[in-house]
Amino acid sequence: MDTPNTKSEVESVGTGSRATRILGVATIMGLALAAYMALVSSPQDENMGDVVRILYIHVPIVTMAYVGCGLTSLGSVMYLWKKSQWWDITAAASAEVAMVFTALTLVIGMIWGRPTWGVWWVWDARLTSTAMLLLLLLGYLAVRRLQADAATRSKRSAIVGLLLFPNVIIVNRSVTWWRSIHQGTTILNTLKPKIHDQMAVTLVVAMVVVAMLFVWLVIHRWRLTWIETQLDAHELDLAIAERRAEATGPAETAP
Amino acid sequence: MLRDAWLITRKDLRIEVRSRIALNQIAPFALLMLILFAFALDPDSGVLDRATPGLYWVAVLFSALLAIQRAFALESSDGNRDALRLSGLDPAGIYLGKVLSIATQLALLEVLLGTGVVLLYGSHGGNWLLVIATCVAATAGIAAAGTLYGVLAAGLRVRETLLPLLLLPVLAPVLIGSTRAFEAARSDTIDQGWPWVGLLAVFAVAYMVFGMFGFGPLLEES
Repeated sequence: MDTPNTKSEVESVGTGSRATRILGVATIMGLALAAYMALVSSPQDENMGDVVRILYIHVPIVTMAYVGCGLTSLGSVMYLWKKSQWWDITAAASAEVAMVFTALTLVIGMIWGRPTWGVWWVWDARLTSTAMLLLLLLGYLAVRRLQADAATRSKRSAIVGLLLFPNVIIVNRSVTWWRSIHQGTTILNTLKPKIHDQMAVTLVVAMVVVAMLFVWLVIHRWRLTWIETQLDAHELDLAIAERRAEATGPAETAP
Repeated sequence: MLRDAWLITRKDLRIEVRSRIALNQIAPFALLMLILFAFALDPDSGVLDRATPGLYWVAVLFSALLAIQRAFALESSDGNRDALRLSGLDPAGIYLGKVLSIATQLALLEVLLGTGVVLLYGSHGGNWLLVIATCVAATAGIAAAGTLYGVLAAGLRVRETLLPLLLLPVLAPVLIGSTRAFEAARSDTIDQGWPWVGLLAVFAVAYMVFGMFGFGPLLEES
């Protein structure tokens, strides 16, 4: 049955607001600036040449992926403590965005690895633990998608989400320890001493812009989930009203 | 709490002794894996012997998945879960009881697999003290994390597919730690194995503590 009430409500409630539109426009402009700085104005690296430019997007994205993962755990803890839907949706939204960022990290990392190491994948501690992070996030999102009533789903995912960050740390530490037996230094250690001023500025700009992108995506994902829950509740109300109308007599429901 | 735990452990183990599911299905599955590994990796080339620590722990992990699912399948029929909830037993006690019963079954399975690799792969154990310490710490970790994620997935229609996805990434540090410790036990550098046992012990304790708090709410929701 078509319900104009619902439709108009959905149309009137978007996921954007004035603030997020400004943030969105600023993010697009920032991305353009960061792209210009990373691809054109910053110098080549002595060792890596132009390949270093990939790192300006790679490092901010992996940072935000880990931030998103931390936010999911924080949201889960806060949900278990305060039982507020706000934190539950925050955990869900940031996990989804973190999952996308982690997948991007792996793809970009592999594109960087091909010219640098000559292979798409090496069993580097960072690469391996990022792949494990992706799997942990996929597990969390699988729990979120389970069919259950809202409170059950929230509590279940909160416990998995709560364990997410500690697990990431344990996995990261053990993988690093595992690899440290076989190889000495990692990429960043060799990169650090030679970092150029302009390179540092470019990296900072890219960090800020990607952080803005992350916030923008999480806000929109958050609002979308919120509207979905509202719509579910609204449809339930409508269905109840409909059953009530049926009970009162056929005359009232006739077209 | 400990009395409740012991009660649950005894109940689960008694069911296992009588039903013989672990003996008739999980143990043969573990042995089957050892034979499949030999098919996959040429037994004559020496690869099998070198890879023994890793293969052994992969076999333990996969068998553990079955044991954990079995431990919660016990509760799924005839409204047993409701009975467990209404029994007034301490949830932390139920958790520890399940951990202990799963750990006992895993320990027996590890002895069986250990005999298997010695006989079939011609591997030698190395330093026995380190091997036993690794087994104890790793088994505690697998059972502690497995029971927590097991109750989460229990009662769901998708439990068979969800549990491996949730549990195996979490158990990756256990696989790394136990494999390295076994390798150290077989080599001349036995000292390098002990830090890994430490990691396994920390993992087990951390999950045990978290499980005691998290099990109650999860049991209610499942």
